[in-house]
Amino acid sequence: MAHEETVYDALDHAHGGEGQWAFGTGFDDPLAGVDTTVPDGVDPADLGAYCLVLGDDALVLCQRLTEWATRAPELEEEVALANCGLDLLGQARLLLARAGSCGVLGRSRELATDSVPDEDALAYFRDAGEFGCHHLVEVDGGDFARTMVRLLVASTARLALFARLRGSRDPVVGAIAAKGVPELTYHRDHAARWVLRLGDGTEESHRRAQAGVDAVWPLTADLFTATDVERRLVEQGVAVDPADTRDEVRDVLTMVLERATLAVPEWPADRPSPGRAGEHTEELAPLLATLQGLAREHPAATW
Amino acid sequence: MSTALEVAQTVTDPELPMLTLADLGVLRDVRTEHGQVVVEITPTYSGCPAMGTMRADLVHALHRAGFADVDVRTVLSPPWSTDWISDEGRRKLAAGGIAPPGPAPRHTGPIPLSLGPTRRTATCPVCGSADTEELSEFSGTACKALRRCRSCREPFEHVKEI
Repeated sequence: MAHEETVYDALDHAHGGEGQWAFGTGFDDPLAGVDTTVPDGVDPADLGAYCLVLGDDALVLCQRLTEWATRAPELEEEVALANCGLDLLGQARLLLARAGSCGVLGRSRELATDSVPDEDALAYFRDAGEFGCHHLVEVDGGDFARTMVRLLVASTARLALFARLRGSRDPVVGAIAAKGVPELTYHRDHAARWVLRLGDGTEESHRRAQAGVDAVWPLTADLFTATDVERRLVEQGVAVDPADTRDEVRDVLTMVLERATLAVPEWPADRPSPGRAGEHTEELAPLLATLQGLAREHPAATW
Repeated sequence: MSTALEVAQTVTDPELPMLTLADLGVLRDVRTEHGQVVVEITPTYSGCPAMGTMRADLVHALHRAGFADVDVRTVLSPPWSTDWISDEGRRKLAAGGIAPPGPAPRHTGPIPLSLGPTRRTATCPVCGSADTEELSEFSGTACKALRRCRSCREPFEHVKEI
């Protein structure tokens, strides 16, 4: 057998010996060695569809957060937002890989070349109508205050969901959720402290924070109604009914806003999430164009 | 000849090279199954970008030591905790200028929100003063926070509890 001289040789050897060893497409399966057997009685199509929408929320919010790279108000904050984005990217990779392991790939597998792993096919080769993210994570982040309000709402809802998903009957989903909980706790705390600082800050920072709250609040209508897939998976002990998280999410958000001297708008009436059904705002397509452009331009590339 | 475990225990972390993967608690198991060396590693954070390098480093080290058939597997559960960093690892972190973590928080029930400044403490790895402040809960890698010593004014990194 070959004894590689350097770690680069080993990376090269592990990835087909064509000199393509760096991070990126084709590099690494985040579920390598994980038992991805679907539990008895669970429809793989449902499980995969559920993992896909949870992954889409993370992937799209990650993209919105990293838009602040080079533009954040201070270097430490840029690093913080990139760190939150990296955690979400990791969650997205695991969840998209889990969807792929369930055979939920749709048209993406036809569009992507064979060398592209399932998670990348799902991330880069689906159009907006095939994404299942909530409008909350896809809309433009606006100014820094609105970015922080959105991060607070999104991380509060996701943390409440992931804390409950730790007990999922699918051990892979349970493990991904358990790993995500401490990460989301850091994100929520970080966003909450900023909302507090901005709301209870200067007249201008208060005005902007309140404008952010008023813009983001209507989007919470989508967060608490289970889809048909979720309803079936809840019965099987795999998924969490988002309605079960509503009180906790509203309590946390109300507490932060009151401490921040911000007015809590009236809660919108719950509605089925259009995003989960593939109906999106016109802001998602340009985001995806940025996210997917390189992979689609060079569909066979690994780098 | 060294055992596969001994070889795997020498492999260092790509981002904290003063620590071995074993010191960091990332190396979970090394065993032999039907003549194949099976190594289990776990990511520190979901988005840890170093997993591929860790895997390649382990394969490389084991190949060099004569183990031809090596399979490195990811384990996700239970999730990595800073409590798994060994005492030796903590000493090496401090010697390398990075403050080691305190005990990780353990929650039962809903996870409390912390709105105030974090109460955690870290000793300055440069001058040893306990009078330090947090600049940011996020730093150059996912696992670290950024702090500053009020005594010697040096900024330093702190492996944050998780």
